[in-house]
Formats: sequence, C-alpha cells, structure tokens
Amino acid sequence: MSTLALDAEALYAELRAGLRGLLAPDTALVGIWSGGAWLAERLQRDLQRPGAHGVITSTLHRDDFGERGLAGGAGATQLPFEVDGRDILLVDDVLYTGRTVRAVLNELFDYGRPARVTLAVLVDRGGRELPIEPAFAAARVALPPGQRLSLARGDDGRFTFSTRSAA
Amino acid sequence: MRNPQLNRHGELIHLLSIEGLPRDVVTHILDTAGTFLSVSEREVKKVPLLRGKSVFNLFFENSTRTRTTFEIAAKRLSADVINLDIARSSTAKGESLLDTIANLSAMHADMFVVRHAESGAPYLIARHVAPHVHVVNAGDGRHAHPTQGLLDMYTIRHYKRDFTNLTVAIVGDIVHSRVARSDIHALATLGVPEIRAVGPRTLVPGDLREMGVRVCHDMAEGVRGADVVIMLRLQNERMSGAMLPSAGEFFKTYGLTPDKLALAKPDAIVMHPGPINRGVEIDSSVADGSHSVILPQVTFGIAVRMAVMSIIAGNEA
Amino acid sequence: MKILIANGRIVDPASGRDEPGDLAVADGRIVSLGRVPAGFEPDRRLDARGCVVAPGLVDLAARLREPGHEHEGMLESELGAAAAGGVTSLVCPPDTDPPLDEPGLVEMLKFRARKLSRARLFPLGALTRGLAGEVLTEMAELTEAGCIGFSQADAAVRDTLVLQRALQYAATWGYTVWLRPQDAWLGNGVAASGAVATRLGLSGVPVAAETIALHTVFELVRATGARVHLCRLSSAAGVALLRAAKAEGLPVTADVSINSLHLTDVDIGYFDSAMRLAPPLRQQRDRDALRAGLADGTIDALVSDHTPVAADAKQLPFAEAEPGATGLELLLGLALTWGEAAGLPLHAALAAVTSRPVSVLGPALGSLASSAGRLVEGGVADVCVFDPAARWAVRPEALVSQGKHTPFAFETSGVELPGLVRATLVAGVPAYEAR
Repeated sequence: MSTLALDAEALYAELRAGLRGLLAPDTALVGIWSGGAWLAERLQRDLQRPGAHGVITSTLHRDDFGERGLAGGAGATQLPFEVDGRDILLVDDVLYTGRTVRAVLNELFDYGRPARVTLAVLVDRGGRELPIEPAFAAARVALPPGQRLSLARGDDGRFTFSTRSAA
Repeated sequence: MRNPQLNRHGELIHLLSIEGLPRDVVTHILDTAGTFLSVSEREVKKVPLLRGKSVFNLFFENSTRTRTTFEIAAKRLSADVINLDIARSSTAKGESLLDTIANLSAMHADMFVVRHAESGAPYLIARHVAPHVHVVNAGDGRHAHPTQGLLDMYTIRHYKRDFTNLTVAIVGDIVHSRVARSDIHALATLGVPEIRAVGPRTLVPGDLREMGVRVCHDMAEGVRGADVVIMLRLQNERMSGAMLPSAGEFFKTYGLTPDKLALAKPDAIVMHPGPINRGVEIDSSVADGSHSVILPQVTFGIAVRMAVMSIIAGNEA
Repeated sequence: MKILIANGRIVDPASGRDEPGDLAVADGRIVSLGRVPAGFEPDRRLDARGCVVAPGLVDLAARLREPGHEHEGMLESELGAAAAGGVTSLVCPPDTDPPLDEPGLVEMLKFRARKLSRARLFPLGALTRGLAGEVLTEMAELTEAGCIGFSQADAAVRDTLVLQRALQYAATWGYTVWLRPQDAWLGNGVAASGAVATRLGLSGVPVAAETIALHTVFELVRATGARVHLCRLSSAAGVALLRAAKAEGLPVTADVSINSLHLTDVDIGYFDSAMRLAPPLRQQRDRDALRAGLADGTIDALVSDHTPVAADAKQLPFAEAEPGATGLELLLGLALTWGEAAGLPLHAALAAVTSRPVSVLGPALGSLASSAGRLVEGGVADVCVFDPAARWAVRPEALVSQGKHTPFAFETSGVELPGLVRATLVAGVPAYEAR
C-alpha cells in the first residue's frame, strides 16, 4: 500500500488563509483535543488574536464508552470565556465519521447556549456517519477504512501527519 | 491468586479494596476524579457515561451519608439509581446474601454499591455476579472503605501535591476502622514515607506494625511534625466492649485540640471521614478552623466516586 | 468370606514390617501375612500388584452429623466416605443434635453403624449434659453403651470447678477426657491473630487462647490424675507446652488436623470461606512446629477433623460462614504428603494414622486393642489397599461424602494427592472397591 504524502505544514498554511473569512473579531477559537488544540493554539498566535483559545474534549460524551471505556483526554476541556450567546469556531485535525464532533457539541452545550458553531478542519477524509460538514477543509482525501490518520507535533512545534493501520 | 478487582489486562473491573492495586491504577482514579470535579462546577452537572445503566445501592449497614454521595455521583453520570433498604427487606426475612444478589441481577442491575457489616462480603458478591456487572465496596466490616481512602488521597494531593515527603498521622480507633486500613494501603502505595497510627493499645495494638505503620501511643509524639492529621470517629461500642473507660478520657488523651494541633506542621491539614463527634475525637474549634479540610473532603468524595464508577463501568471482565 | 490379597507390599507400622507378600483373610480375621497357607481357597482374589497393603486407617475425629442435623442419609454417606478413604475405624465427637449424652442415643448410633458394615464407629460421649458445661453425664452408663471417652467437642467448659470435677469423676474409672484447648472468650474470633487477620479486618484468635487453656488443662491433670487427649493443636507455643507436659510425665496425648498440618492463614486469600476452620489456620512457624511435633511423637495422631458443611453455609461472608471441611477421603493422601515432605519412610507416615491413634485409644478399644491399626496374624482384618504412586485431584463432586467443601479442591489449590485407595476391608469384608 502506498502512503499518501500529506504535508501538514503546507495544509496548515492553507487553513490559516482560509479561516480569515470565518473568523470575526469576537469569534471564540476552540481546538478539539488533542490535534485540534495544537492547531488552535498556533492559529491564535499566528493570527495575533487577543485573549486565549479554548480547548475541548469529546471524552465525557463519546458514544463508544461501552466498548472502549473512558478514553484519554478527560478533563482537558478549558473554555476561558462565556459560552452563552457566543460565536464559536471549532478546529480539528482530521474529520472522519463525525462522531467526535457530535460528542464535542454535547460537551460544549454543557457549558451554555452558543449563538453559532462552525467547524474548520485540516483534512476531511470523508466516511461520514452523521450529518456534520466543515465550513472549511484544507484538504479532502480518501483513505482506506482501516487506516488511522492523526496530527503529530514535533519538539520544534512543526506539524506532521502520522498514519497507522488499525490491525 | 489473581486480584479479583482486575481483569486479565490489569484494568479495574470492581473496586473492593486498595490493597493489591498497582500505583498507576490508583493515580489514574485520582486524575480522573479531577475531571469530574470540574463537571460538578459546570452549569450542566451531568455527563452521559452511565446513561441507561442501573446502579443498585445495597446497604446492609445503614449510612445515609455515604449512600447519598454514591447516589449523587451515579446520577451525575446519568445512571438510574435504586436504593435498597436491606435491613427492612427480604434479607432480614432470612434470604441469603447471594439469593438477594441473584434476584437483583435478574432485574438487570449493572452495578452494585455494597456496604456490609462483615469483612469480605463484597468479594463473595463479586465472585457470583455476571461478567458485565461491577461491584463497588462502600465499606465491609473492618476490612476496607476504598472510596474513602481514595478521596482522602485526593484531598492530600490537592493540598500537599507530593506524597513522597509527607508525614501522615491517623488517630483513633484504628483496629476497628476500615477507613484506616484503606488509608494506610493507599498512603503506602503512593509512597508516603511515614505513616503513624496513634491511639491507646486497645485501639492501636502493636501488630498494626505489620501493615507498615509506626505505632504511637502518645498523642503528642504522634502528631509532632505531621503534615496531615486524620482523625477517626470513636464509636460508643468501644466503651461497652471494655476497650476505653469513657469518651471524656479519650478526648483528654487523644482528642485533637488546638494545643495538640500546634505540634504538627504550621500548614498541616486536618481530615476526618465523618460524621464528627465534637468534643470526643476533635475539638469544635479545630473542626471548624483554618486547618480543617473536612468539608472539601465531601466534595472530593463525589468526584472520586464518579471516577471509580465510570472507570469500572468502561472495563470488561 | 475367604479373601486373598495377592502380590502387594505389606506395610505394618506397628511392627515395622515392609515387604512384598500375600495377605489371607477368613472369617473376618487375618489368617496369614506373607505366604499363603497350604490349601487356602479364596472366594475372592484381590490383585494388589503395585499397591501397598496397610492396616485400615484409624481416624480420631470425624463428624457424621447423626443423630440430627438437616440432611438424611448422612451416616450412610459419611461411613461410605470413610471406606472410600481407607478408614476402617473412626471416632466421632458428641456434638450431634441431640448431643450424645444419653446411652440410648449412643446405642442407636452404634447399632445403625454396625448394620451398614462400613467403618467401625467409636463414639465419644458428652462430658456434660447437653454439652452445656454444668452437669456431668452418666459416664459409666455411656461407656457401657459404647463410648470410648468423653468430650465437650468445641464447646468450652467455662466453669473451672465443673471441669475439675468432670476430670476427677472420669479419672475414677480411667476414662479419657478429650478436650479442645481453647479459651471460651479469647477463642471467639474467626481467624488466627496476626498480619493476615489484621489486614483482612477479621476478628482474631490469639495464641494465648490455646496456651491459657493448655495451662489450665495441665494444672487440672496434675491435680486429678485424669487422662486427657488434646484435640486439634494449632500453634507452636501449644506444641512446646505439650512437649514439656509429656516430659514431666503427665498422662496426656494430642492430635492435629490435616488442615493445620498443611495450611496457613495466608491461604485465606481473598476471604475464601473454605478456609473458615476451627481451630483457625495459623502462621508458617506454627505449621512447621506442628509438623515437627507429629514427626517426633509429641503429637500422637493425625486426624481428618471431617466436618461436612451444607453447601449454602459456606456461601456467606467469611465470619458468617460455618467452619469445617470434609476430610475422610483426604486423610491418607495428606498423611502421605506430610511423610514425603518430612522425608519419612512410608511406615512412619502411616503410623500417624494407624498404630499411633490406636495407642491413644488404648484400653478403651477392648478386645480390638491388640489388632486394630495393625496387621497381625489372628488379628481383625481391617485393611486398606492403596496405590502409593498414583496421584489424584480432589474434585468435590466426585467425593462420596455429602460435605463438598475442602481447602484442597484441585480447582483452587492445584494440589494433587498421592495414594489412591483401591480397596478397603472391614472385618474381612470389602467395604469399598475402586472401579
């Protein structure tokens, strides 16, 4: 099987450019733990946005708790702003079935009632099982179902993609 | 002999005792409790982890306090909670413990939270439930009260951070205390270098040393330089069982008063599993004073129980 | 019936004989040991090739649960268990329901046992009425009915004046009094005091419960001259006191159970109620002292302490579970296991369950005293034929006894026992034959 060469840094640049249109001055940028959180942190800095970005995890609302138990990342949610009436942009590295985003939405609504929620991702790999669509995706790729794709961050802060076959 | 609390991957499927749990299992529970503490501070205090699951509170020994905290914890995980008042029910009519469990299992119980007057009862139950059913020990005889031990550790970690340089004194009726045993096992597992058991010889016999504690019969010596002082409740039966002459003499010799507390470290914390007997084991001013973390213990207790229930419910036998 | 047990290895601990040979039986007696008498025409021939031909085992403590106690047919199943275990004579304690404090009850029990033609039954009579520790029983009448001694089973006599009087009275006729050395108040715990009981939060029985009772008994023996048999020693300190008492010349004997000989409190594990036993299992050093005591003769006999417990009486938290374990079918295997571990020759291991228990019973056996527990020409043909090399796993469902609870069950202990019984003869009649 040939591995698809995805240049994460190049795609990040695309994402940064593409978000200009989606981010109003008072939009809260929230990264989905863990890959999305790294993206949000760097975006907040590179776009010189005031305040702090938020981090959100799907752990407490996942639908696979019965099979997989409590996943990692529990307790990672940090939303340093009032959710009620807020315009929120969720950022994640890879969008696949859409279940993580569904769980993240449930987690978000535990904190209040946002005015609007939009989604931006680095890679949309298709295979959706729920009616969830990103407002922006830096790349659209098709991957075999058994293959896992996730963002990695080096010690120097540079992004790369790692793929793994779920054997 | 495999520890019945762990499945073959070393994951927690029942919580029966802190004994025999690897350190990383204990720290995982404490870390997860931290998450649930933040849930309790949100507007929506519920998460759906145990939605659709039935948690049966089986209290063969009465305790409204402990039962209530388990109930709150289960409900915050969206579980259905059923409280069984065993004393007034079929077991009192002679139905055996295992028959009671079998009947309840037939009603699709997913988790049993059990408190029983006899040491070992939860182990018997855990041996006989179906693979998908989980057991939490809410206190068995004198043997263990693991959720209390864990919330005590959470409390200590919250205020003191590092376990490996602490001196912890446990004072009172240790020989009859399941809380003391669970605390001692937890402290030892987390690497606390000095654990002291303080009390008269009838309540703190020498053979407690076998559990790895330093036995002190002098209160001043016991609390001197301590970072944490855990006071245990003194029960009335001790007087009638010829172990102590009176509550008054106990207070004079082992009660935590301001002058005794002054011997501990200046930033020492005072803990108590509750309910407190004012003027018996602890002076009111100390119980309500600035060193006391007795009320935070209760808050931490709900988070710890949520952590325990969500961890075991997610692991398969 | 004439029986020839051929080609076996005849082992008789009493005489030290250990050699290949044939054993001929007729009219309930051993006709010859070693060579077959000329013209002997056996009705049955048992091939004992590869087997040991030993005296039938003598078990000084086996509860049969009759009279009384819930389950029917206990006498039949338990005496059947004895035969399956190679036990040809057994002593039962008086804690039946009602207790054996009336001659009529004893006679009835002996009659029923005789009719079943399995093991010989030697009942102990109650020392006090109802085992209540207050009023003496009619010891002479009970002896006439068949009792070979008097006992309180596990019920302590709290009143030392009553105990002294009971010993004095028994000493009048030389009756032996069988006592459990356990203090009434200190003995109330459910596990032996120590690290395990402390850790598990179980109420403890300190060693002092045994030593205080032993001191009391020895003082009363000195004062009254009564013969006492001490039942179920459990501690190193107890063995030391016993050794000193014997050195002093006191008329005392003692036994130890298969459980205390092989297990310790650590075996309780996660509150396994199969380990709920009386006396409670003590520590390693106590076990070592009990083994040494049995080997050097300080402890006279090894007993099964057979105590059948109903299934649901063990399905309870440890402290509430009924103490006791099945033992008749394990006595031989556990005696051999002990002998192997102690490096003893076979006849020494077998002595602990044959000739030495008989010497404890002494004159109480009457005419049987000269041949019970031994193989002697002209003596009673109580014989156990077993395969010493075979190893078998203890599977509760396969046991003959109705008592299925045992700490030695293969599933939990992984232990296999040596010594598979092939045939048991009582009074020259096969009481058991393996399939």
